[in-house]
Amino acid sequence: MKPIENTLTGAQILMTILQEEGVDTLFGFPGGAVIDIYDELARTPIQHILVRHEQGAVHAADGYARASGKVGVCLVTSGPGATNTVTGIASAYMDSIPLVIITGQVPTQLIGNDAFQEVDIVGITRPCTKHNYLVKRIEDLAQILKEAFYIARSGRPGPVLVDIPKDITKKRIAYTPVEPVRLKSYNPTYQPNLWQLEKVITLIREAQRPMIFAGGGVILSKGSSELTAFARKTSMPVTTSLMGMGAFPGTDPLCLGMIGMHGTYRANMATGACDLLIAVGVRFDDRVTGRTDAFAAQAKIVHIDIDPTSIRKNVQVSLPLVGDCRITLSELNRLIEAIDFGDLAEQRRSWLDQINQWKQTGALNYDQTTVIKPQYVVETLYHLTQGQAIITTEVGQNQMWAAQYYHFDHPDHFITSGGLGVMGFGLPAAIGAQVAQPGKLVVDIAGDGSIQMNIQEMATAIQYGLPVKVVILNNRYLGMVRQWQELFYDKRYACTNMEYAPDFVKLAEAYGALGLRATTPDQVESVLKQGLSSPQAAIMDFWVDREECVYPMVPAGATLTEMLLI
Amino acid sequence: MTEAKHVITMLVDNQPGVLARVVGLFSGRGFNIESLCVAETVNPEISRITLVTRADPLVMEQIQKQLRKLINVIKVRDMDKSKAVQREMALICVKAKPEHRAEVLRIVDIFRCKVVDTGTEHFIIEVTGDEGKLAAIINLLKPIGIKKIARTGIVALFREPK
Ligand SMILES: Cc1ncc(C[n+]2csc(CCOP(=O)(O)OP(=O)(O)O)c2C)c(N)n1
Ligand SMILES: [Mg+2]
Repeated sequence: MKPIENTLTGAQILMTILQEEGVDTLFGFPGGAVIDIYDELARTPIQHILVRHEQGAVHAADGYARASGKVGVCLVTSGPGATNTVTGIASAYMDSIPLVIITGQVPTQLIGNDAFQEVDIVGITRPCTKHNYLVKRIEDLAQILKEAFYIARSGRPGPVLVDIPKDITKKRIAYTPVEPVRLKSYNPTYQPNLWQLEKVITLIREAQRPMIFAGGGVILSKGSSELTAFARKTSMPVTTSLMGMGAFPGTDPLCLGMIGMHGTYRANMATGACDLLIAVGVRFDDRVTGRTDAFAAQAKIVHIDIDPTSIRKNVQVSLPLVGDCRITLSELNRLIEAIDFGDLAEQRRSWLDQINQWKQTGALNYDQTTVIKPQYVVETLYHLTQGQAIITTEVGQNQMWAAQYYHFDHPDHFITSGGLGVMGFGLPAAIGAQVAQPGKLVVDIAGDGSIQMNIQEMATAIQYGLPVKVVILNNRYLGMVRQWQELFYDKRYACTNMEYAPDFVKLAEAYGALGLRATTPDQVESVLKQGLSSPQAAIMDFWVDREECVYPMVPAGATLTEMLLI
Repeated sequence: MTEAKHVITMLVDNQPGVLARVVGLFSGRGFNIESLCVAETVNPEISRITLVTRADPLVMEQIQKQLRKLINVIKVRDMDKSKAVQREMALICVKAKPEHRAEVLRIVDIFRCKVVDTGTEHFIIEVTGDEGKLAAIINLLKPIGIKKIARTGIVALFREPK
């Protein structure tokens, strides 16, 4: 059919908007319902990364979004293509990652008929998207797509799904560009209330034992340098959530490391003892707080977050501050600029000394004996990469050791499925991060169980020449579950043994990647060196101590200061 | 903390799926719904949802915040009784044997309701009022025999300044 002038098909409108929104990369997988979109995509400069499973597409877009600061975009077909994205979407929703997911749908007239590959994906993803749309008329397509991008990236970011029936991708209309988006019912509050800000300053002045608790909101709002300036000026130590790793330099003397179930001794002890806790861009997950009624029991809590629902949801706060983290921190910095905190460091001396003491007594220690300790692998990786790599993780012990032993001095370098804890996240996320940052070293710190959940994406890495590195801390167990069984179920290791696994070296080779293995401590450094310096994608298989546990550990539901230490 | 009954009204985009978002939020987060009423406003693009829930103050705060977070929800109000008019309508089908007919009609008269359908064995009564009035008439009719009842759930509007 010859195009009529000034008209566009639905597929062409989609391509137009994607380019207007600055999208240069799509992660996707084709099928009948999106075949017209794919046909059109091939005629644009947009790069398409063909994954091997749609879950991989969403995690890759998630990794891409975090490493690039842009919206990650996926394209999948209807039915199974759409349902395969659900885990990825739910993970991005929990971690507030801006994504737009385009799903194909059966033709409009077949919707509701149980047509071939029909599924109500809008219904399925309603509770795990920030918003979602079914496009019913081609006239609405452009507007909906614009809204989707706007909603995904503004306020507290999140995934937005747009379901497009096949007939709409083929239909043609006269296209007129749409107006900038304005939604009457959606207006995130970026500017904090000035009066509340003044109160924060007073609280800081009055506090003897203050600290900052920073989370993913600081990274998402690009407020890390504001946070760093704020903490240094006020001599306040900083702990971070798993999602906040890198929001404050991990090597700064004021850094307490991670808080929570597997947080550092000093971070958890300080939380129990502080008299002022300034929480920025966090949502007080139960893995962070332990028993909520005993959390920071001596402290006044200031809570800064752009999402009002995060405030007073899990813990009571003295001072709520709704606003963008970066803007709020920079406003605070402006206010304190004029103030002479000269004697502050002196005043805080005993508090900081106490923290230092906790640091000595409760250091993260392990004995590297005759078997490889997983901690040693991560620590060696940290030293060899000088802390500059982008680290993604799988879920389990591997994730916690990555958080404990790799110190992040920059934001956007630690990419993990924090809220949902999805095994199989790390490899596709590494692929997405590598696409976003071709010049960077990207390493997935993996478990032997998790890596098998999306191992098929090795083929994607090879196809696009993405030199991602997978470091498997191979304990031949679903280690984190085994740890709970060891500690709380009398060592009954029900269904956590993973001895039946592929030979990861051969598997790497089968995909066309470099495969390496270390079975003794003396091989660790050389395997890492070889794997990291290779221009190829690589899987490095480290046979680690099978029954090593992650410590400290706060048992679920216990108070943060009640840690098990080795 | 003590739970109390709250009437929440909200203005929402009159679009398919919006009610599902609201109701899904309640079920997904374990909030409760005692009654629910949805209809278009004078502006056909906007609907009003009136919802009755039971919650302690903290949960009530979360409910309102979570509702406001939904993209299609334009406005959310807690219709505090002292500031709002609250009404509910019920259609009540009562057994009406000859020996009870006079009694039923006397109750209808006292409560100023209407008989909207009648037969040899029944009356259908239309009654409008606040919670207390509905509870009272239902109580009086129960011993006579309520065959069926259909209630709209509460609707509410803030009073305008005098
Ligand atoms: C998709 C999914 N299924 C199940 C779990 C529960 N789970 C959490 S950690 C874990 C064990 C992970 O094993 P492995 O990848 O070998 O990591 P390790 O703990 O041994 O380092 C499991 C099963 C999960 N987080 N995600
Ligand atoms: Mg394992």
